[in-house]
Amino acid sequence: MRYSIFNLVRQALAGHRGWGPAWRDATPKSAYDVVVIGGGGHGLATAHYLAKVHGISNVAVLEKGWIGSGNAGRNTTIIRSNYLLAGNNPFYEWSMKLWEGLEQDLNYNAMVSQRGVLNLYHSDAQRDIYALRGNAMRMHGVDAELLDAAGVRRMLPFLDYEGARFPIRGGLLQRRGGTARHDAVVWGYARAASDRGVDIIQNCEVTGFIREGGAIAGVETTRGSIRAAKIGMAVAGSTSRVAALAGLKLPIESQVLQAFVSEAIKPFIPGVVTFGAGHFYISQSDKGGLVFGGDLDGYNSYAQRGNLPTVEDVCEGAMALMPAIGRVRVLRSWGGIADMSMDGSPIIDRTPLAGLYLNAGWCYGGFKATPASGWCFAHLLARDEPHEVARAYRLDRFATGHLLDERGVGAQPNLH
Amino acid sequence: MRIQCPFCGERDLSEFAYLGAADLSRPDPAAADADMRFFAAIYVRDNPAGPHHELWYHASGCRSWLRVLRNTRTHEILAVSFPTPSGGS
Repeated sequence: MRYSIFNLVRQALAGHRGWGPAWRDATPKSAYDVVVIGGGGHGLATAHYLAKVHGISNVAVLEKGWIGSGNAGRNTTIIRSNYLLAGNNPFYEWSMKLWEGLEQDLNYNAMVSQRGVLNLYHSDAQRDIYALRGNAMRMHGVDAELLDAAGVRRMLPFLDYEGARFPIRGGLLQRRGGTARHDAVVWGYARAASDRGVDIIQNCEVTGFIREGGAIAGVETTRGSIRAAKIGMAVAGSTSRVAALAGLKLPIESQVLQAFVSEAIKPFIPGVVTFGAGHFYISQSDKGGLVFGGDLDGYNSYAQRGNLPTVEDVCEGAMALMPAIGRVRVLRSWGGIADMSMDGSPIIDRTPLAGLYLNAGWCYGGFKATPASGWCFAHLLARDEPHEVARAYRLDRFATGHLLDERGVGAQPNLH
Repeated sequence: MRIQCPFCGERDLSEFAYLGAADLSRPDPAAADADMRFFAAIYVRDNPAGPHHELWYHASGCRSWLRVLRNTRTHEILAVSFPTPSGGS
């Protein structure tokens, strides 16, 4: 059923008894044109764009647990396209453009809110590097404004400007950045894909690959064998494990990133703010909770929970930036398993095995990329060639030296 | 997470810095396929879910490098030793 004001009124008059499920919980068929492994945002977006843009709707999305139960439900919901490198910026800007039209495309309220993303700088050197990034963004047609301290103070008068160890000198602002509702993104893509005939199959873990000659011809799952001409992997933190089933070793480490939410308070923080002298970022959800996080814990992990030194570090960042929130209580913290690539940038590419395609290496920045990741992965699966804005995300770039290292820290994933 | 340093005893995680997988050795630069060996050593990882041999540095302690066997699913520390030149423990 299409969601509209007319249907809302009609259902209200009928006592809201006519709403159907948003999407079909399908049982697997024995064969599909395309199988997407991973029912997170990226996998479901891939299925949606395969069906909508490329007309391929004989598609299954296989999910080990329930859709959105991995990193799609564990992120801090920030969307932005403030990237420096020419290989990254057009991709994230395409993602931002898709965010801007997402709710109309999906007929689903994803609560996309362009409330602005402000990266603070605290030294002359940091101002220069932010100016460089802002200029790079503007050369790619992305909005960016460099604010001085007075400009930041007008926006956010409650930050610590007086006694700070690292005084705020200004910030780089992307007004089109903001937040979106993570669960709604998952459900919106699932509903749109399901409406076009995509099978969403939950509780279906891939346990092996079917090989024919040198090619991959299908998957073995906990719900039986499923054959497909093309198989796309979009499994984030589990990438190395699923790839190992096909005998592939990848330039990826799985590491844990923690996030936090506080009790709800009245509207306080208007947009997304990041602290430049440590690593801390915060926004306020529409429900009122402060959603925040910081660095990776910094070691390999599949545990989906982190340790206390990082909690302390994040809270120190919070107190250094905005002491006013010191008495707000933290409600929950959790961890997600980030597929840290060796240069901090993603991979959307074919694999050495015919029939198997890879979407991975999102590090801790996968949420904002969801629409463009799905768009470009669908393009690759449908046409066997990379999308224009994802050409740099090759798997072989580590061997050829064409790295995309935004931070410039080298092959040390816990520093990206 | 606490790590049993063989020199200092059991210490909090915050005293340690993580490098990554142990048993990565520098390939012979004179080898015929040196470029692919360096690629494998620098970029490619097993990234196991389960026991993982890794190197930690006791930065706020004795400043020893430690070879730690840790379960990446549970964070349980299974063994700690000083690394040996041969790579084993």
